[in-house]
Amino acid sequence: MKNAVGRDIPDFLLRDGREVYQGKNYMDGKYLQKASPRTRRYEKPQESKIVESLAEAMRQCGAKSGMTFSFHHHLRDGDYVVNMVMKAAIEELGLEELTIAASSLGNAHDPIADYIEQGKVVGIQTSGIRGRMGEVVSAGKLKTPAIIRSHGGRPRAIERGEVHIDIAFIAAPTSDCVGNCRGIGGKSNCGSMGYAMTDAKYADHVVVVTDCLVDFPNMPASVEAIDVDAVVVVDSIGNPKKIASAAARISQNPRDLMMAEDVAKVIAATPYFKEGFSFQTGVGGPSLAANLFLEKYMDERNIKMGWAIGGICGPMVELLKKGKVGKVIDVQDFDLDAVNSINQTPNHFEMSASQYANPANKGAFVNKLDFVVLAALEIDTGFNVNVLTGSDGVLRGAPGGHPDTAAGAKCCIIVTPLIRGRMATVCEHVVTVTTPGDCVDVLVTDYGIAVNPLRPDLIRCLDEAGIKHVPIEELKEKAYSLVGRPDDLQWEDKVVAVLEARDGTILDVVRKIKPYTLEED
Amino acid sequence: MIPRPKPERFRLRRTMMFMNAQKPGLIKDAYIYGCDSIMLDLEDAVAENQKDAARFSLYHALKTIDYGETEVIVRINGLDTPHWQEDIRVCVAGGADGIRIAKCESAQDVLTVEKAVEAAEEEFGVEKGRTLLMAALESPKGILNAYEICAASPRMFGVAISGGDFRKCMQTTPQRDGVDMLAARGQMLIAARAAGVQCFDTVFTNLDDQEGFEAEVLQNKAMGFDGKSLINPKQIRFVHQVFAPTEKEIRQAEKIVRAYREQSAAGVGVFTVDGKMIDIAFIPGAERTLKLARACGLWEGDLV
Repeated sequence: MKNAVGRDIPDFLLRDGREVYQGKNYMDGKYLQKASPRTRRYEKPQESKIVESLAEAMRQCGAKSGMTFSFHHHLRDGDYVVNMVMKAAIEELGLEELTIAASSLGNAHDPIADYIEQGKVVGIQTSGIRGRMGEVVSAGKLKTPAIIRSHGGRPRAIERGEVHIDIAFIAAPTSDCVGNCRGIGGKSNCGSMGYAMTDAKYADHVVVVTDCLVDFPNMPASVEAIDVDAVVVVDSIGNPKKIASAAARISQNPRDLMMAEDVAKVIAATPYFKEGFSFQTGVGGPSLAANLFLEKYMDERNIKMGWAIGGICGPMVELLKKGKVGKVIDVQDFDLDAVNSINQTPNHFEMSASQYANPANKGAFVNKLDFVVLAALEIDTGFNVNVLTGSDGVLRGAPGGHPDTAAGAKCCIIVTPLIRGRMATVCEHVVTVTTPGDCVDVLVTDYGIAVNPLRPDLIRCLDEAGIKHVPIEELKEKAYSLVGRPDDLQWEDKVVAVLEARDGTILDVVRKIKPYTLEED
Repeated sequence: MIPRPKPERFRLRRTMMFMNAQKPGLIKDAYIYGCDSIMLDLEDAVAENQKDAARFSLYHALKTIDYGETEVIVRINGLDTPHWQEDIRVCVAGGADGIRIAKCESAQDVLTVEKAVEAAEEEFGVEKGRTLLMAALESPKGILNAYEICAASPRMFGVAISGGDFRKCMQTTPQRDGVDMLAARGQMLIAARAAGVQCFDTVFTNLDDQEGFEAEVLQNKAMGFDGKSLINPKQIRFVHQVFAPTEKEIRQAEKIVRAYREQSAAGVGVFTVDGKMIDIAFIPGAERTLKLARACGLWEGDLV
């Protein structure tokens, strides 16, 4: 069945009331029944919840084959916890048929690809999937289709019970002996622990994994002891160098800077750019550099930013410290400047993924956003964005908060170079739709700006400000004139991943790639 | 193959951005930054044993990339090297708009290059006289001979000073107030204006010193330069801002051109605008202001 972005969704996925994507805000006003976890009572006072090993903690939590384990990705590419837990579960306890439900997975989790190939891991639910895991899933080796969700879609699915977490594993930079966790104060600090919060509340069992035990009580706690069954102390939960870079530096690449300047120009031309406006940006080259140029416009017009959200890094903390932003609320930290600031700098707060982006709760932060600046792997002439699959059709990305912020913000700006190597970023049809075009308003490239025809109001704003823009088709043709028009990808029928829209409908599917063969003349 | 329109000897040249002709990643779309001219360098940026590779890269760039309205000039190697003849053949065969003669010291240098250009135009079937020339003055002798150099050929559209080499010859270093090159810049400007060609200032190489850069650009504008050589796209915006005419200048120029058209149609040669005497001598300046204003996106009229 075709959905609202023209993607054909196979009927076998449309069971149990599952629908295809119908467009923005389709679920608005509907009721949902929240699921509740089945949790164990700890009535008798306990001195400590520390157990000696991961295997022992899992035994205590009744771990068995067929279960779903959840993880969060604040340790990013430095994470050791997913691999450590899965190794203990599979190699020590001999468990099988396991499902991993993570807020995201990355190159750090290459070893999981082996467990997928061995059939020990049969399900993956995540935002990001990259590296070897992306390759084996794309090759059809995972027993069930992977489910890809946005950062807001995940807490929605957990709260609704669409994914039921048997054991949540919390990678904690610090914890006390009963499981009050914080993202700071240890040796593998990550700052915010926002993605782990819903897991701790909705999982049947919660195991904290830390490499820095601190005195009770570890306050203010990101994950609270009231939800924790066991605490395991390990040598190291991650590689600090890969958890948070020293400082996210603003790009000096002239191309990035030019695009960033255009982004700021567009922002300053809209009516939303006024005292107290709200803003989120990514940490990619041009997105991050937009901060710099935005500050100039703020100074020029003598206005301040009311609040900023998102994954946060140094340049935004800098603006907070200079008093140019009222509040910063973050779900994840990308560099040490941000890690060291959260809950330390006045007005720098932590929030949960649900509070950040869940479309099914009663007021996520993204719904109050004025602007979001985002990157894209591909964007098509319908303004649909792909941030998940490469031009070869292989899973190698993450929707993250992209679809959530795009849907919530009054003005969603995509910034991307027109071409990358031989790949056209602006194209006829994206490989996979991860953010639907009805949520995307403006495209800024190094070869020009395009505005979604669904936003005649923004077109007027740009015209009045004398900012040149062209139809997106023109940018696509320019890209193809430079690098050529690619052949369509070849797929097999088998669905290897289901791309859920943030509201739980199906936005797209990723199929098994057909090995490419060169035809002889 | 991309056909390029016939180069204009006199056009807007506020910014000329240098880039190494050997770097496809740089030259493939340098026009997106909006400089008026790009200067593809075969000389100092290219290592001695890479000259041939750079010529290849340059030729294919000229043949396959649509630079649109951005002027494409090539800096060739000096006449004291074994490279310049082959450089010229590549420029002409590829259809570059112009050639920058490095280390030019005399009218004879211009004539030597002109002869080779003419031969190459003949060889590759390029319209005779299509390829423009400009000279870089890099030595005291070049500065002293500035006028004869500027006036040496009808292909000459301009002259530029090259600060690095010139300062070395003069045993000086960049000074905050520009006093190190004041005399040379002045003499070159006088020569260029006397010969009726354009005049461009040297690059400012310290990218971290934005303040110093801005001071130099303001001085360039005050001295009467047409434009400046640049080494990084982030320098473009400020130059364009400084070289843009003011709102008042634009209105005044519009009035002068309009009044001149009306008066000369009625057979009047001298008249007044806002109490000032105007005759034909004011027209090129006023038209230049309007063209500049249009290029800067400040004026949309159709008077010029």
